[in-house]
Amino acid sequence: MTAALLAEQLLNGAQLGVLLFLIAAGLTLVFGVMDFVNVAHGSLYMLGAYFAVTLVGRTGSFPLGVALAVAATVVVAVTVERLLLRHLYRRSHLEQVLGTFGLVMIANEAVRIVWGPAGLTLAPPHALAGQVSLPFGIEYPAYRLILLVAGVAVAVLLAGFGRTRAGMRIRAAATDATTLQALGVNVGALATGVFALGAALAGLAGGLAAPIVSVKVGMGESILILTFVVIVVGGVGSVRGAFLAALAVGLIDTLGRAYLPDVLRHVTNDAAASALGPAISAVLIYVAMAALLAARPQGLFTRGQ
Amino acid sequence: MSRIAIVAALLGLLAVAGPLAIWGGQPYLAFVLTRLMLLAVAGVGLNLVLGYCGLASFGHAAFIGVGAYVAAIAATEAFTGSVWADLAAATAAGAIAAAMVGAISLRTRGIAFILITLAFGQMAYYAAISLERYGGDDGMRIPAAALPADLTLYGLAFALLAVALFVSHQIVHSPYGTILQGAAANERRMTALGIPVGRYRLAAYAVSGALCGAAGALQAVHDGYVSPGLMAWPRSAELVAMVLVGGAATTSGPLLGALAFTALDEVLSGWTDHWRIAFGVLLVAAALIGRGGLAAFVAGRRE
Repeated sequence: MTAALLAEQLLNGAQLGVLLFLIAAGLTLVFGVMDFVNVAHGSLYMLGAYFAVTLVGRTGSFPLGVALAVAATVVVAVTVERLLLRHLYRRSHLEQVLGTFGLVMIANEAVRIVWGPAGLTLAPPHALAGQVSLPFGIEYPAYRLILLVAGVAVAVLLAGFGRTRAGMRIRAAATDATTLQALGVNVGALATGVFALGAALAGLAGGLAAPIVSVKVGMGESILILTFVVIVVGGVGSVRGAFLAALAVGLIDTLGRAYLPDVLRHVTNDAAASALGPAISAVLIYVAMAALLAARPQGLFTRGQ
Repeated sequence: MSRIAIVAALLGLLAVAGPLAIWGGQPYLAFVLTRLMLLAVAGVGLNLVLGYCGLASFGHAAFIGVGAYVAAIAATEAFTGSVWADLAAATAAGAIAAAMVGAISLRTRGIAFILITLAFGQMAYYAAISLERYGGDDGMRIPAAALPADLTLYGLAFALLAVALFVSHQIVHSPYGTILQGAAANERRMTALGIPVGRYRLAAYAVSGALCGAAGALQAVHDGYVSPGLMAWPRSAELVAMVLVGGAATTSGPLLGALAFTALDEVLSGWTDHWRIAFGVLLVAAALIGRGGLAAFVAGRRE
């Protein structure tokens, strides 16, 4: 358990954290502003990744390809929102999940038809293919470091956006959409805007994650649940809460998987540790969530009723 | 047609269809019908929480999985050597798992409840993957010697379905069931009447878990195989969709939903490899149009 290894695991955890934040930030706003449960948000992440693989290949430029992939994801999302989802905003949560789960099935099968059932990979840009040397003798892949920086930069931009007039309206809509509507703000258009912003962030997460994960059908579903954990822990509707919760979830998950089996081996005998270690570290994040919610059911950053 | 008449007619059909299919050399039909009945049992369990309590629980596949794994492990290790004991253990395990999940998640409301039950379901999924001794990611087979014959299994599934429908009907039409439905309509008023809503809901959640555990145990025996895939969250979502399409908070709803989903599954997958697109479109349409589900449609009235 060297310091360099620990630093690397910390960076990995933070990097998973910013990826989760990109997906969770848009989704927590959609939850908060429209009171809309969208289980198809993970499909936007998947679409972003698939678009990025194709468009980076076509354009030959990584930044341009990812930017176009984000745009393509937004176009798909806004079309679906205008045609279908806005009719579900006023319905029960159950009907919302039913409809968006149908969209998950459609998206997965459509991707299987267009891109085929096999997983795809995307090479990181040439300039970022190697390792960089950080202080204290840490070698870390350059692309993952840039991913971390990009994620933090988006978080800062979002924090600034929250202070603008549009950001203020979004926060107002999350608090009381009816009053905002009465004040003459077009809440329907605002909802579409929030949905488009969420789709852009999810598409960006997919595009940026494409070089470090396997791009495959179902990639959205597995990360979606971790995103939900982030949103519940951070408090529904809170972007700041989502950021801190995403970092916490990323770090706990990564460090738990890396070190918990070793720690257990120290406190108990080997056989029990090797059997229990992987099991506990796999569910650690859910146990942490359960413990937090038992104490604070409303999450960390929203006030209780 | 009243809802009870629908249920009685369907049960009557199922009672005749299975034995006829097995004796008439159509084992596949009996296989599909057994699966349909077990799906309906899990649906009846979920409907108690989802329909009558108005709680959008998205982790019920976990309770099915817990029951399935308990039955599979008990059969493989031959702890008891009795199918009955294994079934009872799986039912109890489903109830205990649900009570534990419910104790924490019932503290939350609305979207948070949906997300937490989803997360607990996923927790069970990852816990099953890490069970190296029992196949991990690949799942485990149950030795053929531990499996009952087709007809026995069909009979067990049928009996379980009948019991589940009866228990659910009795609960819903008891004072206890009235409290659950009252709390779904107006929790604050129920609380003001001095009723500890949380405890009542927790009990319903545990009964719901027990039914799912029992269904899972028989499903494990039916398939001769269990895997963590049983507990993945899309399975929970499918179960919720099934109950909604059938008609939440109705006795016949889960049965009609199971019938519709099984029929669609068999028909659509015969037409095309990409049948899930059609299935997805149907779910979106059901969400946009649907009020009251198939039960309301068959009963000839809309609520």
